[in-house]
Parts: sequence; structure tokens; C-alpha cells
Amino acid sequence: MTASPITEAPAEVREPVAKARRSNATWTLTVALTAALLVLALLSAGLGAYHIPLSDVLGSVRHRAGLGGRPLDRVGESVLWNVRLPRVVLALLVGASLGCAGALTQGVFGNPLAEPGVIGISSGAAVGAAGSIALGLSFLGNWTVTLCAFAAGLVTVLLVYALSRSGGRTEVVTLILTGIAVNAFAGALIGLFVFFADSAQLSQITFWQLGSLAQATWPKVLAVLPCAAVGLAVAPFYARKLDLLALGERPARHLGVDVERLRMVLVLVVALLTAAAVAVAGVITFVGLLVPHLLRMAAGPGHRFLVPASALGGAVVLVAGDLAARTAAAPAELPLGVLTALIGSPFFFWLLRRTRRGQGGWA
Amino acid sequence: MRFVPITAARRRSVPGPAAPGEILAEARGLRVRLGGRTVLDGVSVRARAGEVLALVGPNGAGKSTLLGTLAGDLAVCGGEVRIAGRSLADWSPGDLALRRAVLPQSAALSFPFPVEEVVRMGRAPWAGTAGEDEDDAVVAAAMAATEVAPFADRPYAALSGGERARVALARVLAQRAPVLLLDEPTAALDLRHQELVLRLCRERAGAGDAVVVVLHDLGLAAAYADRVAVLHAGAVAAEGAPAEVFREELLSRVYRQPVEVFPHPETGVPLVVPKREPVRSHGGAKKRAGAQEISHAQACEPGAKPVDHGPRSAA
Repeated sequence: MTASPITEAPAEVREPVAKARRSNATWTLTVALTAALLVLALLSAGLGAYHIPLSDVLGSVRHRAGLGGRPLDRVGESVLWNVRLPRVVLALLVGASLGCAGALTQGVFGNPLAEPGVIGISSGAAVGAAGSIALGLSFLGNWTVTLCAFAAGLVTVLLVYALSRSGGRTEVVTLILTGIAVNAFAGALIGLFVFFADSAQLSQITFWQLGSLAQATWPKVLAVLPCAAVGLAVAPFYARKLDLLALGERPARHLGVDVERLRMVLVLVVALLTAAAVAVAGVITFVGLLVPHLLRMAAGPGHRFLVPASALGGAVVLVAGDLAARTAAAPAELPLGVLTALIGSPFFFWLLRRTRRGQGGWA
Repeated sequence: MRFVPITAARRRSVPGPAAPGEILAEARGLRVRLGGRTVLDGVSVRARAGEVLALVGPNGAGKSTLLGTLAGDLAVCGGEVRIAGRSLADWSPGDLALRRAVLPQSAALSFPFPVEEVVRMGRAPWAGTAGEDEDDAVVAAAMAATEVAPFADRPYAALSGGERARVALARVLAQRAPVLLLDEPTAALDLRHQELVLRLCRERAGAGDAVVVVLHDLGLAAAYADRVAVLHAGAVAAEGAPAEVFREELLSRVYRQPVEVFPHPETGVPLVVPKREPVRSHGGAKKRAGAQEISHAQACEPGAKPVDHGPRSAA
């Protein structure tokens, strides 16, 4: 046998075209999303029943930051700093959490249809939140609802994970059906809490259930900030391992990934992020499904871009969604969760059809 | 819980070069049970640096189970697996990945990564080591060697079965581990690429790696392996150089199919051919017809099923 050194052959110097194109796409997307987020945040701060011109918003922000500018009148200053800005920041945090949680869930399950809302994690967290409201718990002050949502969300992720996996794989049908079962059970539990709640708690639960940011205040922002910040900060460190997990559990292990630990950490992170979103805004579905999908189509499936970009994209979608919810039917306000579901559900339907075609059926 | 995997990667110990003949992977008295059935019972094999070891045997003999156990995928209920002189359990996943690479039988991918990125995943164990600098060159070389470079930019999902198999092999080669465990790397491949893959195995062995490869094609095993282990009913029925192991009596018994073994007229490599009844034509009237005539008659007969006359391997 001729021992021609095939594997030792000098590497051809070839600039990978797709890679260059892709890296261009990631840069363009990052810049575009950041710009969109800034513009939307400023618009959102100014628009509404009490109109504040853009220059005044910027002036007031500069003033508070000690960079010149000037404060608004008393009412304007109060509207901007006590109503609008906490709401924008909250939308940003919730959106980033949802987008990032969606990308992580899809990566961990190795399934592009996994999303905290669809597979029942959000409902699970909602049970914790509704329970803590209905039972009037306040052992941790402001953080009580968030903590209860986190605990219930964590239990739900573990449950869904255990129920929907077999032989190291998650099949689409099993996952979606598990989601239906978990959602139904969570719905029943929330129904029970609603049944036993008094009227003040009832209105609080109902309002929160629809998914709205109308109650945004700085203390609420503080209540979810730790969960969201920890989750968003930790997630990107595991991006490369998520790429390897796409090969399957065993191949990932062969490449040096401690799969068990990776899974536990990411399940914790998903629970943290989902809890952060659900505790303040109720169940907002489909953001975590839609955003990572569009980004994957535009810039490829690499998680090193996908995870942080999904957070950015989720923030853009939710800030825009909240702006639309506040202004589209003014002076009335649409519930944000209803709005995202209206747009997200048809997308989910399209995605199902596409996945089914790609697999040539479910069985 | 550690949130900083980067520092963990830095502590990895990169394996040094192995002396020729050094035992790099070893199974000692393995007993493995799967689904209540004993699949391996007292199996011992050794993979040495510079050698290609082929695992052959009939379906269900335990070839893939043995390979999976060497890879650390399956729990053993007796015996032990040692990689580079240390028990499997004593290696961290990261250090182990620098020492052995595994090609699974089927290669799925959850997301549509392009081919080049899939191959690059093989470099993951080297992140944070000095070997990271060679990533681009190693990936390019692995893609060139497996002839997947022409479709480096295509998504993995858009490839044919044979192309995927070669991409998976390229990923395993890019890992540059001194122990290669390959489960039927030739299953989905055409003639040319089967030879290519086995030549690559030889070449890795020539560079000092230990290659363990599950093969169905005894002709390939005879031509390319230094040693062959014939598995039968969860045990090693014979082990040694192909010329010693491939005996008519043994193979006929193990495969429950009479075979003939004879040396290749030029190279002397053993050829294994199943004993076959002469193929009869449809009418059955002609007792001994030339092969040409039969295939001609078949081609003309409407609705006739094609019959494969080509010499087949014993697979």
C-alpha cells in the first residue's frame, strides 16, 4: 500500500466563502438589532397618551446621567421616569430572557420546536407565580413571586425533560404532546388557585395571566433583574458545547463535553430566565420560538452567535410588541401576551408544516 | 458548579507521541449486558500504536457493543477498559477526548450546520491548548483526505448518506486522537470511498495511532488490517493476522455460511468468497448456461428481476 501522506497534506489556503458571508451576516444583524433596540426604546419612552418629544427624552436622560441636558416639567419627568422607562426596561429584560431561553431550550433538547411556552415550562412557572399570589406569600418581599415561579419552572423543566426523552433523543411528537399534557395540568392548577383566590388576588392573577407589562415599576424591574442577569450572563459560556450537542449526546461526550453537567446547568438557566419573564409578565408565548428561528435562518445555527443574538432579538420584539400593545388601540391597551400569541401562533403553524415536510412525516 | 469552562480547558494534558506497539486501548475480560441479555462475555482485545485492528463477525456478535464499550458509551458489569494505560473512569471527558475519537454508526445533526463547521467540531477538545493554532490546517487536511472539501459550505442535512459518512469521518480525523474507534465507517460508501477510508486508517496507523475498526467486508479487513478479531456470540472466536485467522472452517462456522478462502494471485492477501450455487435461468431447461447468456436472457425477458452475478464479498 502506498503510504501517501493524505492526512498530513498541507492545507490549501482557501477562504471559506460561506464562513465569510456568515460572519458578515452576524455583524450586520448585531448592529441592526442593537440600533433597532435603541430606536424602539427611545420611541417607546416618548410615545403614549402623554407625548414626550424625542429631544426631551434624550435631554432628560442626559440630565440624570450628569451629561448636561435639562429635566422636563414635573409631570413629564414623572411619566418618563416612573411609568415609561421602567416599562421599557422591563420589556427589554423579559424579551431578552424569553429569546435567550428559547435558543437554549432548542439547543438542549436538540429540537427546533422546543420553546418554554410550547413545552409547558412557562405554564409551570406560572403555577408557582399564581400560587404565591393566591396564597398571599411574601416571605421574600418583592422577590417572592419570582422565586416561586423559578422553583415551579425548574420542577417543570426537569419533568418535561424526563418525560420527553428516550434513548438520548427528543422526538417532536413526544415533546409537543408532553407540552400539551403539562400545559393542561398547569392550567388546572392555576384554575384551582383562581377558584380559591379572593377578588383582589383574582384581578391580580387575571391581569398577570394575560401577559402584560402595564404594572411595570422599578421595584418590579429589580425583582426580575437578578434572575435575568445571571441567566443572560451565564448562557453564552455554553454556546460552543451546545454546538457539539447538536451531534447527539454520545458524540458530544466523545468530544469532551460533560453532557450531564451541561444539561443540568442549562436547565437551571432556562428555569431562571423563564421565571424572570413569567413572574412579571405572565405567559408570553412564541417569542422564544420565533426569534431564534429567524436568526438561525439568517446567520446559521452556531450558538455562539445565536444565544446572545436571541436575547437581543427577543428584547427588540418585546419592546416593539409592548409599544404596539400600548398604542395600537389607544386609549385602550391590548394585553401583550395576546398580541404575541396572535402573531406567533401562525408562525408556529408554518414551522410545524415545514418540520414535518423536512422529516417526511412524524412517525 | 463551574461557570468558566475556559479555564477548565487550559488544564487539559495533551498526550505525547506513543512508542510503536504500545498498548493505547485495551479491553480486559469485558462482560456487558444489554436489555437482560449478555452481549459480551469475557472479551479481551488490545489496540496497539501503529496497528489497525479490525473487528469482524456476524450480525449480533457484539462488534458494535465492544466498540461502544471501548468508547465508554456502555456500562460494563465485569472487566475494564483502559485507554492510554488508565481506566476509563479515571479520565475526565476533556482529557479522554484528546486520546480517543469515535465514529458512530449513524451520524445525526439537530441543526443545519454547514459541513466545514461540523468537521471543525472535531477540534473542540483542543480549545485552550497549543494545538488550537493548528485548527484551520487540520480541518482543511481532514476535509481534503475524505474528499468532502468540494461541499464544505453545504448544510449537512443536504448531503447524501455516503457524503455524511465521510463528513463524520473527517470530524473524527480532525480530532487527532491517538486512538480511533470507527464503527462501520464503510457501510454507506461506494467502492472507491471504502478503499479511501481504509487507506486513511492505514495512514493513521502509520503515523503511530491505534485504529480499531468494525468491518463487515472481510476482503477489506484482510487487505488493510494488521490484526483481526473475529467475534462470535459475545466472545472472541479468533484473533491474529488476517492470513492466520481467515480459515474456511472457522469463518464457515461463525457465519453459518460455507466460504472459500484463497490467496490473491499477486498480493497473497486472503480472499473470502461464499460458496454459491450456480445461478439457473428462469426456464430451468438449460442446465449449464454461460453467465453471458443468462444475463442476456434476463435482460430480454419482460418483468424479470435482475440477478446479481458479480462476485460478492462475504459480508
